Amino acid sequence: MQEKEIKDIVDAALADEFELDRASLVDDAHIREDLGLDSLDIVDLVIVIENAFNFKLEDRSKLAGIQTLGDLYRFIRDIYEHKSFVEK
Amino acid sequence: MRGRRVVITGMGALSPYGEGASVMMRGLRDGVCALRSLQEHGIDGLHCGVAGIVPRLDAKRVPRESRRTMSPMSLHACFAVREALFQAGLDPDAPLPGAGVAMGSTIGSPEVLQEFFSAYLRDKSVDGMRGTVFFKVMSHTVAANVALAFGCARRVLAPAAACASGLMAVGLGYEAVASGREDLMICGGADEFHLLTAATFERLGAASLEQEPRLASRPFDTARQGLVCSEGAGALVLESLERAGARGAEILAEIKGFAMLSTPANIAHPSAEAIETCMREALDDALLRPQDIGYVNAHATATEWGDIAEGRAVAGLFGDAVPVSSLKGHMGHAMAASGALELISCIEMLRTSVYIPTYGLETPDARCGALRHPQASFAVTGKAILKNSFALGGSNCSLVLDHCCQ
Repeated sequence: MQEKEIKDIVDAALADEFELDRASLVDDAHIREDLGLDSLDIVDLVIVIENAFNFKLEDRSKLAGIQTLGDLYRFIRDIYEHKSFVEK
Repeated sequence: MRGRRVVITGMGALSPYGEGASVMMRGLRDGVCALRSLQEHGIDGLHCGVAGIVPRLDAKRVPRESRRTMSPMSLHACFAVREALFQAGLDPDAPLPGAGVAMGSTIGSPEVLQEFFSAYLRDKSVDGMRGTVFFKVMSHTVAANVALAFGCARRVLAPAAACASGLMAVGLGYEAVASGREDLMICGGADEFHLLTAATFERLGAASLEQEPRLASRPFDTARQGLVCSEGAGALVLESLERAGARGAEILAEIKGFAMLSTPANIAHPSAEAIETCMREALDDALLRPQDIGYVNAHATATEWGDIAEGRAVAGLFGDAVPVSSLKGHMGHAMAASGALELISCIEMLRTSVYIPTYGLETPDARCGALRHPQASFAVTGKAILKNSFALGGSNCSLVLDHCCQ
Protein backbone atom coordinates (compact mmCIF):
# COMPACT_ATOMS: atom_id res chain seq x y z
CA MET A 1 0.00 0.00 0.00
CA GLN A 2 1.31 3.45 -0.94
CA GLU A 3 2.25 5.89 1.81
CA LYS A 4 -0.28 8.48 0.67
CA GLU A 5 -3.05 5.93 0.69
CA ILE A 6 -2.13 4.88 4.23
CA LYS A 7 -2.08 8.48 5.34
CA ASP A 8 -5.46 9.22 3.77
CA ILE A 9 -7.09 6.21 5.41
CA VAL A 10 -5.59 6.96 8.85
CA ASP A 11 -6.50 10.65 8.67
CA ALA A 12 -10.06 9.95 7.59
CA ALA A 13 -10.53 7.36 10.33
CA LEU A 14 -9.08 9.56 13.08
CA ALA A 15 -10.96 12.65 11.95
CA ASP A 16 -14.21 10.73 11.95
CA GLU A 17 -13.76 8.77 15.17
CA PHE A 18 -12.16 11.44 17.32
CA GLU A 19 -13.73 14.44 15.56
CA LEU A 20 -10.35 15.97 14.80
CA ASP A 21 -9.70 18.85 12.47
CA ARG A 22 -7.99 17.47 9.36
CA ALA A 23 -5.56 20.39 9.48
CA SER A 24 -4.24 19.12 12.81
CA LEU A 25 -3.30 15.75 11.31
CA VAL A 26 0.34 16.32 10.47
CA ASP A 27 3.28 13.93 10.74
CA ASP A 28 4.78 15.42 13.86
CA ALA A 29 1.47 15.79 15.71
CA HIS A 30 1.82 14.08 19.07
CA ILE A 31 -1.14 11.75 19.51
CA ARG A 32 -1.69 12.57 23.18
CA GLU A 33 -0.41 16.11 23.57
CA ASP A 34 -1.36 17.63 20.22
CA LEU A 35 -4.39 15.59 19.20
CA GLY A 36 -5.65 15.32 22.76
CA LEU A 37 -6.29 11.59 22.79
CA ASP A 38 -6.08 9.97 26.22
CA SER A 39 -5.61 6.39 27.36
CA LEU A 40 -9.28 5.54 26.74
CA ASP A 41 -9.02 6.85 23.19
CA ILE A 42 -5.81 4.91 22.60
CA VAL A 43 -7.67 1.67 23.42
CA ASP A 44 -10.18 2.50 20.72
CA LEU A 45 -7.49 3.74 18.33
CA VAL A 46 -6.38 0.15 17.77
CA ILE A 47 -9.88 -0.90 16.79
CA VAL A 48 -10.36 2.18 14.63
CA ILE A 49 -7.17 1.41 12.71
CA GLU A 50 -8.03 -2.26 12.32
CA ASN A 51 -11.48 -1.41 11.03
CA ALA A 52 -10.16 1.24 8.67
CA PHE A 53 -7.69 -1.16 7.06
CA ASN A 54 -9.89 -4.20 7.47
CA PHE A 55 -7.18 -6.22 9.14
CA LYS A 56 -6.33 -7.57 12.54
CA LEU A 57 -2.90 -6.83 13.97
CA GLU A 58 -0.83 -9.85 14.90
CA ASP A 59 0.60 -7.98 17.86
CA ARG A 60 -1.40 -5.03 19.16
CA SER A 61 1.17 -4.28 21.86
CA LYS A 62 3.50 -2.74 19.28
CA LEU A 63 1.10 0.18 18.99
CA ALA A 64 1.96 1.16 22.55
CA GLY A 65 5.25 2.76 21.53
CA ILE A 66 3.70 5.09 18.99
CA GLN A 67 4.03 8.75 19.89
CA THR A 68 3.25 10.78 16.79
CA LEU A 69 1.01 10.49 13.78
CA GLY A 70 4.13 9.97 11.68
CA ASP A 71 4.98 6.98 13.88
CA LEU A 72 1.53 5.61 13.20
CA TYR A 73 1.86 6.00 9.42
CA ARG A 74 5.24 4.24 9.54
CA PHE A 75 3.86 1.51 11.79
CA ILE A 76 1.13 0.69 9.28
CA ARG A 77 3.58 0.83 6.36
CA ASP A 78 5.75 -1.69 8.22
CA ILE A 79 2.73 -3.84 8.90
CA TYR A 80 2.07 -4.08 5.19
CA GLU A 81 5.75 -4.59 4.35
CA HIS A 82 6.06 -7.47 6.76
CA LYS A 83 2.49 -8.66 6.30
CA SER A 84 2.17 -8.80 10.08
CA PHE A 85 -1.58 -8.75 10.04
CA VAL A 86 -4.50 -11.04 9.44
CA GLU A 87 -7.12 -9.99 6.95
CA LYS A 88 -10.58 -9.74 8.43
CA MET B 1 -36.92 15.20 57.54
CA ARG B 2 -35.62 17.21 60.41
CA GLY B 3 -32.80 19.24 59.04
CA ARG B 4 -32.18 21.96 56.53
CA ARG B 5 -34.99 22.99 54.23
CA VAL B 6 -34.49 21.80 50.66
CA VAL B 7 -35.76 23.68 47.64
CA ILE B 8 -35.85 23.11 43.90
CA THR B 9 -34.39 25.88 41.79
CA GLY B 10 -34.11 24.30 38.37
CA MET B 11 -35.67 21.62 36.24
CA GLY B 12 -35.16 20.19 32.79
CA ALA B 13 -37.06 17.63 30.77
CA LEU B 14 -36.63 15.56 27.67
CA SER B 15 -39.89 13.72 27.17
CA PRO B 16 -41.83 12.09 24.34
CA TYR B 17 -43.30 15.57 23.81
CA GLY B 18 -39.86 16.92 22.96
CA GLU B 19 -37.13 18.92 24.59
CA GLY B 20 -37.90 21.24 27.46
CA ALA B 21 -40.10 21.29 30.53
CA SER B 22 -42.35 23.91 28.92
CA VAL B 23 -42.90 21.71 25.86
CA MET B 24 -43.91 18.82 28.10
CA MET B 25 -46.25 20.99 30.14
CA ARG B 26 -47.94 22.39 27.05
CA GLY B 27 -48.60 18.87 25.79
CA LEU B 28 -49.93 17.74 29.15
CA ARG B 29 -52.17 20.77 29.61
CA ASP B 30 -53.49 20.52 26.06
CA GLY B 31 -54.38 16.89 26.65
CA VAL B 32 -52.18 15.66 23.82
CA CYS B 33 -51.08 12.04 23.79
CA ALA B 34 -47.32 11.86 23.12
CA LEU B 35 -47.32 8.14 22.36
CA ARG B 36 -46.90 6.87 18.83
CA SER B 37 -46.87 3.72 16.78
CA LEU B 38 -43.59 1.85 16.58
CA GLN B 39 -42.13 0.79 13.28
CA GLU B 40 -42.68 -2.86 12.54
CA HIS B 41 -40.04 -4.65 14.63
CA GLY B 42 -40.53 -8.18 13.39
CA ILE B 43 -39.61 -9.73 16.74
CA ASP B 44 -41.33 -13.06 17.14
CA GLY B 45 -43.54 -13.17 20.21
CA LEU B 46 -43.41 -9.41 20.82
CA HIS B 47 -46.68 -7.65 20.18
CA CYS B 48 -45.98 -4.18 21.55
CA GLY B 49 -46.76 -1.57 18.91
CA VAL B 50 -46.79 1.73 20.79
CA ALA B 51 -44.13 3.68 22.69
CA GLY B 52 -43.17 7.14 23.81
CA ILE B 53 -40.03 8.14 21.93
CA VAL B 54 -38.07 11.34 22.37
CA PRO B 55 -37.05 13.30 19.28
CA ARG B 56 -33.57 12.64 17.92
CA LEU B 57 -31.35 15.45 19.16
CA ASP B 58 -27.91 16.44 17.96
CA ALA B 59 -25.61 14.42 20.20
CA LYS B 60 -22.71 16.68 19.26
CA ARG B 61 -24.13 19.32 21.55
CA VAL B 62 -22.29 17.31 24.20
CA PRO B 63 -18.49 17.56 23.76
CA ARG B 64 -16.86 14.37 22.46
CA GLU B 65 -14.71 13.91 25.56
CA SER B 66 -17.88 13.49 27.59
CA ARG B 67 -20.06 11.96 24.89
CA ARG B 68 -17.76 9.04 24.04
CA THR B 69 -18.85 7.16 27.16
CA MET B 70 -22.52 7.98 26.85
CA SER B 71 -25.35 5.85 25.54
CA PRO B 72 -28.63 7.54 24.59
CA MET B 73 -29.85 7.56 28.21
CA SER B 74 -26.88 9.61 29.40
CA LEU B 75 -27.28 11.99 26.48
CA HIS B 76 -30.94 12.39 27.41
CA ALA B 77 -29.86 13.20 30.95
CA CYS B 78 -27.31 15.77 29.83
CA PHE B 79 -29.88 17.67 27.79
CA ALA B 80 -32.24 17.76 30.78
CA VAL B 81 -29.51 18.70 33.26
CA ARG B 82 -28.34 21.54 31.06
CA GLU B 83 -31.83 23.00 30.99
CA ALA B 84 -32.18 22.56 34.76
CA LEU B 85 -28.88 24.28 35.51
CA PHE B 86 -29.72 27.13 33.19
CA GLN B 87 -33.06 27.67 34.91
CA ALA B 88 -31.34 27.56 38.29
CA GLY B 89 -29.07 30.37 37.19
CA LEU B 90 -26.00 28.12 37.18
CA ASP B 91 -23.64 28.14 34.22
CA PRO B 92 -23.91 24.71 32.55
CA ASP B 93 -20.60 25.31 30.77
CA ALA B 94 -18.60 25.93 33.95
CA PRO B 95 -17.52 23.06 36.24
CA LEU B 96 -19.66 22.61 39.33
CA PRO B 97 -17.23 21.12 41.88
CA GLY B 98 -19.64 21.85 44.72
CA ALA B 99 -22.46 19.81 43.19
CA GLY B 100 -23.37 16.20 43.75
CA VAL B 101 -25.40 14.00 41.43
CA ALA B 102 -28.18 11.54 42.16
CA MET B 103 -29.56 10.10 38.93
CA GLY B 104 -30.83 6.65 38.16
CA SER B 105 -31.69 4.44 35.23
CA THR B 106 -33.36 1.05 35.17
CA ILE B 107 -30.26 -0.68 33.80
CA GLY B 108 -27.20 0.26 31.78
CA SER B 109 -27.76 0.84 28.09
CA PRO B 110 -29.63 -2.09 26.53
CA GLU B 111 -28.72 -0.77 23.08
CA VAL B 112 -25.00 -0.97 23.83
CA LEU B 113 -25.39 -4.38 25.50
CA GLN B 114 -27.14 -5.64 22.38
CA GLU B 115 -24.40 -4.26 20.17
CA PHE B 116 -21.67 -5.86 22.28
CA PHE B 117 -23.27 -9.26 22.68
CA SER B 118 -24.26 -9.45 19.02
CA ALA B 119 -20.60 -9.19 18.01
CA TYR B 120 -19.37 -11.30 20.93
CA LEU B 121 -21.69 -14.20 20.20
CA ARG B 122 -21.21 -13.96 16.44
CA ASP B 123 -17.40 -13.75 16.46
CA LYS B 124 -16.66 -15.51 19.75
CA SER B 125 -14.23 -12.65 20.33
CA VAL B 126 -13.80 -9.45 22.30
CA ASP B 127 -11.21 -8.05 19.88
CA GLY B 128 -13.64 -5.47 18.59
CA MET B 129 -14.78 -4.34 22.02
CA ARG B 130 -14.17 -0.66 22.56
CA GLY B 131 -12.82 0.67 25.81
CA THR B 132 -15.88 2.86 26.21
CA VAL B 133 -18.44 0.04 26.32
CA PHE B 134 -18.33 -0.51 30.05
CA PHE B 135 -19.02 3.15 30.80
CA LYS B 136 -22.26 2.91 28.83
CA VAL B 137 -23.57 -0.22 30.51
CA MET B 138 -22.43 0.16 34.12
CA SER B 139 -25.18 0.57 36.68
CA HIS B 140 -24.32 4.20 37.43
CA THR B 141 -23.74 5.19 33.83
CA VAL B 142 -26.17 8.14 33.89
CA ALA B 143 -25.01 9.60 37.19
CA ALA B 144 -21.31 9.15 36.42
CA ASN B 145 -21.59 10.62 32.94
CA VAL B 146 -23.58 13.60 34.19
CA ALA B 147 -20.99 14.23 36.90
CA LEU B 148 -18.25 14.08 34.29
CA ALA B 149 -20.03 16.32 31.79
CA PHE B 150 -20.84 19.04 34.31
CA GLY B 151 -17.77 18.79 36.54
CA CYS B 152 -19.65 17.72 39.66
CA ALA B 153 -17.14 16.68 42.31
CA ARG B 154 -19.36 15.84 45.27
CA ARG B 155 -21.16 12.55 45.93
CA VAL B 156 -22.51 10.59 42.98
CA LEU B 157 -25.49 8.39 43.73
CA ALA B 158 -27.18 6.07 41.27
CA PRO B 159 -30.14 4.34 42.85
CA ALA B 160 -30.95 1.15 41.00
CA ALA B 161 -34.63 0.82 41.72
CA ALA B 162 -36.05 0.24 38.25
CA CYS B 163 -39.05 2.48 37.64
CA ALA B 164 -38.72 4.21 41.03
CA SER B 165 -35.11 5.21 40.39
CA GLY B 166 -35.89 8.78 39.33
CA LEU B 167 -37.98 9.72 42.35
CA MET B 168 -35.68 7.78 44.66
CA ALA B 169 -32.76 9.80 43.31
CA VAL B 170 -34.57 13.04 44.12
CA GLY B 171 -35.32 11.69 47.58
CA LEU B 172 -31.69 10.76 48.16
CA GLY B 173 -30.63 14.20 46.98
CA TYR B 174 -33.14 15.76 49.34
CA GLU B 175 -31.80 13.74 52.26
CA ALA B 176 -28.21 14.64 51.40
CA VAL B 177 -28.98 18.36 51.38
CA ALA B 178 -31.33 18.27 54.39
CA SER B 179 -28.72 16.48 56.47
CA GLY B 180 -26.13 19.10 55.61
CA ARG B 181 -23.90 16.61 53.82
CA GLU B 182 -24.35 18.40 50.51
CA ASP B 183 -25.36 21.90 49.48
CA LEU B 184 -26.27 21.30 45.87
CA MET B 185 -27.53 18.16 44.18
CA ILE B 186 -28.50 17.48 40.58
CA CYS B 187 -31.15 14.79 40.71
CA GLY B 188 -33.45 12.80 38.48
CA GLY B 189 -33.57 9.86 36.14
CA ALA B 190 -33.10 8.87 32.53
CA ASP B 191 -33.80 5.96 30.26
CA GLU B 192 -33.74 4.90 26.64
CA PHE B 193 -36.40 2.86 24.92
CA HIS B 194 -35.48 -0.66 23.87
CA LEU B 195 -37.63 -3.55 22.78
CA LEU B 196 -36.09 -5.62 25.58
CA THR B 197 -37.82 -3.34 28.09
CA ALA B 198 -41.15 -3.69 26.32
CA ALA B 199 -40.65 -7.45 26.08
CA THR B 200 -39.94 -7.67 29.81
CA PHE B 201 -43.28 -6.16 30.69
CA GLU B 202 -45.06 -8.10 27.98
CA ARG B 203 -43.70 -11.36 29.38
CA LEU B 204 -44.93 -10.36 32.82
CA GLY B 205 -48.37 -9.66 31.40
CA ALA B 206 -48.03 -6.00 32.33
CA ALA B 207 -47.70 -4.37 28.89
CA SER B 208 -50.44 -2.88 26.78
CA LEU B 209 -50.89 -4.63 23.46
CA GLU B 210 -53.22 -1.93 22.14
CA GLN B 211 -51.96 -0.70 18.78
CA GLU B 212 -53.76 2.66 18.78
CA PRO B 213 -51.53 5.13 20.68
CA ARG B 214 -54.37 7.19 22.12
CA LEU B 215 -55.95 4.09 23.65
CA ALA B 216 -52.80 2.28 24.67
CA SER B 217 -52.10 3.67 28.16
CA ARG B 218 -55.17 4.19 30.32
CA PRO B 219 -54.35 4.32 34.03
CA PHE B 220 -57.19 3.43 36.42
CA ASP B 221 -59.60 2.69 33.55
CA THR B 222 -61.55 -0.55 33.38
CA ALA B 223 -60.30 -0.92 29.80
CA ARG B 224 -56.63 -0.59 30.67
CA GLN B 225 -54.37 -3.27 29.27
CA GLY B 226 -51.05 -2.47 30.82
CA LEU B 227 -48.22 0.00 30.53
CA VAL B 228 -46.62 1.57 27.49
CA CYS B 229 -42.85 2.02 27.62
CA SER B 230 -41.35 5.36 26.84
CA GLU B 231 -38.06 7.14 27.36
CA GLY B 232 -36.57 10.47 28.33
CA ALA B 233 -34.91 12.27 31.18
CA GLY B 234 -35.91 14.58 33.98
CA ALA B 235 -33.46 16.62 36.03
CA LEU B 236 -33.93 18.84 39.06
CA VAL B 237 -31.55 21.13 40.91
CA LEU B 238 -31.88 20.78 44.68
CA GLU B 239 -30.19 23.05 47.17
CA SER B 240 -30.58 24.27 50.68
CA LEU B 241 -32.96 27.16 51.21
CA GLU B 242 -30.08 29.16 52.65
CA ARG B 243 -27.90 28.62 49.61
CA ALA B 244 -30.67 29.43 47.16
CA GLY B 245 -31.57 32.56 49.12
CA ALA B 246 -27.98 33.70 49.39
CA ARG B 247 -27.47 33.61 45.65
CA GLY B 248 -30.88 35.07 44.86
CA ALA B 249 -32.13 32.03 42.98
CA GLU B 250 -35.79 31.71 42.09
CA ILE B 251 -37.31 28.97 44.21
CA LEU B 252 -39.71 26.76 42.29
CA ALA B 253 -40.90 24.54 45.13
CA GLU B 254 -39.84 22.99 48.41
CA ILE B 255 -39.46 19.30 49.11
CA LYS B 256 -41.20 18.85 52.43
CA GLY B 257 -40.86 15.14 52.95
CA PHE B 258 -39.80 11.83 51.49
CA ALA B 259 -40.11 8.16 52.30
CA MET B 260 -38.98 4.94 50.70
CA LEU B 261 -39.53 1.38 51.75
CA SER B 262 -39.65 -2.12 50.39
CA THR B 263 -42.36 -4.69 49.75
CA PRO B 264 -40.57 -7.93 50.55
CA ALA B 265 -43.65 -10.12 50.08
CA ASN B 266 -43.45 -10.38 46.30
CA ILE B 267 -40.85 -9.16 43.82
CA ALA B 268 -43.38 -8.45 41.09
CA HIS B 269 -46.61 -7.54 42.85
CA PRO B 270 -47.14 -4.26 44.70
CA SER B 271 -48.73 -4.10 48.11
CA ALA B 272 -51.44 -1.58 48.99
CA GLU B 273 -50.41 -1.76 52.63
CA ALA B 274 -46.78 -0.95 51.87
CA ILE B 275 -47.78 1.90 49.57
CA GLU B 276 -50.07 3.41 52.18
CA THR B 277 -47.31 3.14 54.78
CA CYS B 278 -44.89 4.80 52.41
CA MET B 279 -47.23 7.74 51.76
CA ARG B 280 -47.95 8.07 55.47
CA GLU B 281 -44.25 8.13 56.29
CA ALA B 282 -43.66 10.82 53.65
CA LEU B 283 -46.40 12.90 55.27
CA ASP B 284 -44.86 12.34 58.70
CA ASP B 285 -41.52 13.42 57.35
CA ALA B 286 -43.16 16.57 56.01
CA LEU B 287 -44.98 17.18 59.31
CA LEU B 288 -48.22 17.25 57.33
CA ARG B 289 -51.55 15.47 57.60
CA PRO B 290 -53.57 13.86 54.80
CA GLN B 291 -55.89 16.86 54.71
CA ASP B 292 -52.92 19.10 53.88
CA ILE B 293 -52.51 17.33 50.53
CA GLY B 294 -54.44 18.81 47.62
CA TYR B 295 -53.39 16.40 44.89
CA VAL B 296 -51.83 12.97 44.52
CA ASN B 297 -49.74 12.33 41.44
CA ALA B 298 -50.00 8.59 41.10
CA HIS B 299 -47.39 6.21 39.79
CA ALA B 300 -50.32 4.33 38.14
CA THR B 301 -48.87 2.72 35.03
CA ALA B 302 -52.15 1.20 33.84
CA THR B 303 -51.27 -2.31 34.96
CA GLU B 304 -53.94 -4.50 36.46
CA TRP B 305 -52.41 -4.97 39.91
CA GLY B 306 -50.37 -1.81 40.22
CA ASP B 307 -53.31 0.53 39.76
CA ILE B 308 -55.44 -1.47 42.18
CA ALA B 309 -52.79 -1.51 44.90
CA GLU B 310 -52.00 2.18 44.61
CA GLY B 311 -55.64 3.19 44.23
CA ARG B 312 -56.63 1.30 47.36
CA ALA B 313 -53.72 2.76 49.28
CA VAL B 314 -54.61 6.32 48.23
CA ALA B 315 -58.26 5.73 49.06
CA GLY B 316 -57.25 4.28 52.41
CA LEU B 317 -55.22 7.33 53.34
CA PHE B 318 -57.08 10.16 51.66
CA GLY B 319 -60.55 8.74 51.00
CA ASP B 320 -62.16 10.41 48.01
CA ALA B 321 -61.33 13.92 49.18
CA VAL B 322 -58.12 14.40 47.23
CA PRO B 323 -57.94 14.48 43.42
CA VAL B 324 -55.68 11.85 41.89
CA SER B 325 -54.24 11.54 38.42
CA SER B 326 -51.52 9.73 36.52
CA LEU B 327 -49.59 11.27 33.64
CA LYS B 328 -48.75 7.94 32.04
CA GLY B 329 -51.79 8.07 29.79
CA HIS B 330 -50.26 11.14 28.16
CA MET B 331 -46.67 10.03 27.78
CA GLY B 332 -46.39 6.40 28.82
CA HIS B 333 -44.01 5.06 31.38
CA ALA B 334 -40.56 6.60 30.96
CA MET B 335 -39.11 4.09 33.42
CA ALA B 336 -36.42 5.70 35.59
CA ALA B 337 -37.18 9.06 34.02
CA SER B 338 -40.86 8.87 34.91
CA GLY B 339 -40.60 9.94 38.54
CA ALA B 340 -38.50 12.98 37.68
CA LEU B 341 -40.59 14.01 34.66
CA GLU B 342 -43.80 13.68 36.66
CA LEU B 343 -42.30 15.56 39.60
CA ILE B 344 -41.42 18.41 37.24
CA SER B 345 -45.04 18.37 36.06
CA CYS B 346 -46.15 18.51 39.70
CA ILE B 347 -44.00 21.56 40.32
CA GLU B 348 -45.61 23.32 37.37
CA MET B 349 -49.07 22.30 38.58
CA LEU B 350 -48.22 23.66 42.02
CA ARG B 351 -46.99 26.93 40.55
CA THR B 352 -49.90 27.48 38.19
CA SER B 353 -52.66 25.89 40.32
CA VAL B 354 -53.84 24.17 37.12
CA TYR B 355 -53.89 20.42 37.58
CA ILE B 356 -53.99 17.76 34.90
CA PRO B 357 -56.39 14.81 34.81
CA THR B 358 -55.53 11.27 33.68
CA TYR B 359 -55.48 10.97 29.90
CA GLY B 360 -57.66 8.16 28.60
CA LEU B 361 -59.56 7.59 31.83
CA GLU B 362 -63.25 7.25 31.02
CA THR B 363 -64.57 4.52 33.30
CA PRO B 364 -62.67 4.25 36.56
CA ASP B 365 -62.09 0.72 37.77
CA ALA B 366 -63.96 0.40 41.05
CA ARG B 367 -61.39 -2.13 42.24
CA CYS B 368 -58.91 0.75 42.46
CA GLY B 369 -60.90 2.19 45.35
CA ALA B 370 -63.23 5.13 45.63
CA LEU B 371 -60.93 7.79 44.28
CA ARG B 372 -61.59 11.29 43.07
CA HIS B 373 -60.63 11.25 39.39
CA PRO B 374 -61.12 14.68 37.80
CA GLN B 375 -62.20 14.42 34.17
CA ALA B 376 -60.88 17.84 33.18
CA SER B 377 -58.23 20.30 34.31
CA PHE B 378 -58.92 21.44 37.82
CA ALA B 379 -57.68 23.99 40.32
CA VAL B 380 -56.10 23.41 43.71
CA THR B 381 -54.75 26.16 45.89
CA GLY B 382 -52.99 26.32 49.21
CA LYS B 383 -52.21 22.64 49.52
CA ALA B 384 -49.26 20.34 49.02
CA ILE B 385 -48.72 17.57 46.48
CA LEU B 386 -47.83 13.96 47.13
CA LYS B 387 -45.98 12.15 44.33
CA ASN B 388 -45.58 8.37 44.17
CA SER B 389 -43.21 6.11 42.27
CA PHE B 390 -42.99 2.34 42.59
CA ALA B 391 -41.00 -0.41 40.95
CA LEU B 392 -40.66 -4.07 40.25
CA GLY B 393 -38.46 -5.46 42.95
CA GLY B 394 -40.63 -3.97 45.67
CA SER B 395 -39.36 -0.38 45.81
CA ASN B 396 -41.82 2.26 46.93
CA CYS B 397 -41.17 6.00 47.07
CA SER B 398 -43.37 8.95 48.05
CA LEU B 399 -42.37 12.59 48.05
CA VAL B 400 -44.21 15.64 49.36
CA LEU B 401 -43.88 18.92 47.49
CA ASP B 402 -45.15 22.36 48.43
CA HIS B 403 -44.71 26.05 47.82
CA CYS B 404 -41.75 27.46 49.67
CA CYS B 405 -43.02 29.89 52.30
CA GLN B 406 -40.09 31.73 53.86
